[in-house]
Amino acid sequence: MSYLTPLRNIRLSHRSAIALLSMGALCLASALVAQDVPLISGAGSFTTNTTGGNTSYQPALTPVLVAPVGQHLLFESRAYIVDSINPQPHTGYDTQFHVGVAYAQADYFLNSHVTLVGGFSLIPFGTYNERLSPIWINPLQDAPLIYGIGNPGSGSGTGGQIRGNIVSNENYSITYATYFSAGSTDFQINSSRSTGGQVELYLPKARLEIGTSYGRLLEHDKMNAIGTHVWWEPANIPLKLRSEYAHGPHSQGYWVETDYRLSQFHGENSAIGRLEPIFRIQQTFRNSPDNNDELPAQNTQRVDFGLDYHLPHEVRMNTSYARQFSSSGNVNIWETALIYRFLFPTWKGKK
Amino acid sequence: MNNLLKNITKNIPAVSLGVLLLAAGPLSSQTSDPNSAATTTNQKPAKVKAVHATQPRDGQQVFAQNCERCHNAPQGFSPSISGTVVKHMRVRANLSKEDEQALMRFFNP
Ligand code: HEC
Repeated sequence: MSYLTPLRNIRLSHRSAIALLSMGALCLASALVAQDVPLISGAGSFTTNTTGGNTSYQPALTPVLVAPVGQHLLFESRAYIVDSINPQPHTGYDTQFHVGVAYAQADYFLNSHVTLVGGFSLIPFGTYNERLSPIWINPLQDAPLIYGIGNPGSGSGTGGQIRGNIVSNENYSITYATYFSAGSTDFQINSSRSTGGQVELYLPKARLEIGTSYGRLLEHDKMNAIGTHVWWEPANIPLKLRSEYAHGPHSQGYWVETDYRLSQFHGENSAIGRLEPIFRIQQTFRNSPDNNDELPAQNTQRVDFGLDYHLPHEVRMNTSYARQFSSSGNVNIWETALIYRFLFPTWKGKK
Repeated sequence: MNNLLKNITKNIPAVSLGVLLLAAGPLSSQTSDPNSAATTTNQKPAKVKAVHATQPRDGQQVFAQNCERCHNAPQGFSPSISGTVVKHMRVRANLSKEDEQALMRFFNP
């Protein structure tokens, strides 16, 4: 499973190309305010994965376009262009080229507490899909094993969201996101019919966040998924601790990840301070067979040891070793990534 | 500490002055940026007043408490996209409008 899992096999058609072009045109129409120039962001990456001795390569580009129109409306979209190069016995390499859209949505700020979202959006369940899926963010390359619970199909929904902030002050903040996806078999905006949402409590002084997610698949099988996450990122030490548990109808599991940037040794720009060791442990449990939930068919344990190196100019090198244990066999997974993260205005704003 | 934060923290006196001015004149908050077209959005003075009747949020604090939660704080970006970034992150992180405004004062002191 790679970091591109949420983007499973969606290809760009004429229609999505037109949608993207119209967003481009909207960019031109926007930017009336000096700070509201549309931006292009995202990452270019080259990743390798060696699982059980077979190495595959993945050059990828994941551009993000964000364009405000006035003070209440925002358009945002992330596309991906990926070449998967996989070894084939005797025949050399097999390559698969994918171009598609991870999300393309309009956000309307109704008031301080409510934002309406319409379009093709990442499903708000758990933390990986919305927050960690961009490769420049996730310190490890692979999605967690439980990612499939609560994120059916492509991991994106075709429909709407109501989300926002219930209360926010210097002691705590409570946020929410609810969604409904009408589902679409259209290959470019492939999604399941589902609904759900999440609520989070964030304590900014302790930098502690506790959240819970719910998802209900509304296809022929009506299935519920629930999840909970705890993130703790203390202010005074460069430590991050993230964890998540999810329970689906046929499987459940958890992951706990911690990383520690060695910036306390001579600052974050020193040779040592650029290093970031990461450790993740995960476990999945299978209650009954399910070909669609994307969790391993057998109970599985996995540990990942990563070491990232933050180079200047938003370049990062990731390396990791993982060992996965299950009754169907144990396997070693070695991964590397070279990631460049970019961010620039679409044009020079007025001074 | 990243460069952006360093640059911004250098301007803390200016930010504080900005915050003070905002506290003094509720209506000025909507037009705090002389370059912005925000003047046209200021149609509901009653509401604006209600928002600023309480202490406005401290932008540096909002930044410090939120912008490293999901990813490393960006090493810096052009002021011309500060509004775009903040709006985008308002959706992603479910920030309130007050948080957004505080961040805008912080990025554009
Ligand atoms: C809830 C998680 C979360 C929080 C909190 C958050 N970000 Fe982000 N940020 C993201 C994600 C996810 C992306 C990547 C968007 C994508 O690739 O689709 C991103 C992207 C960005 C980018 C790249 C440009 C863009 O708009 O995509 C900048 C700059 C940025 N964030 C700044 C900030 C700042 C400043 C804050 C503090 C207000 C912040 N972020 C808080 C999740 C977060």
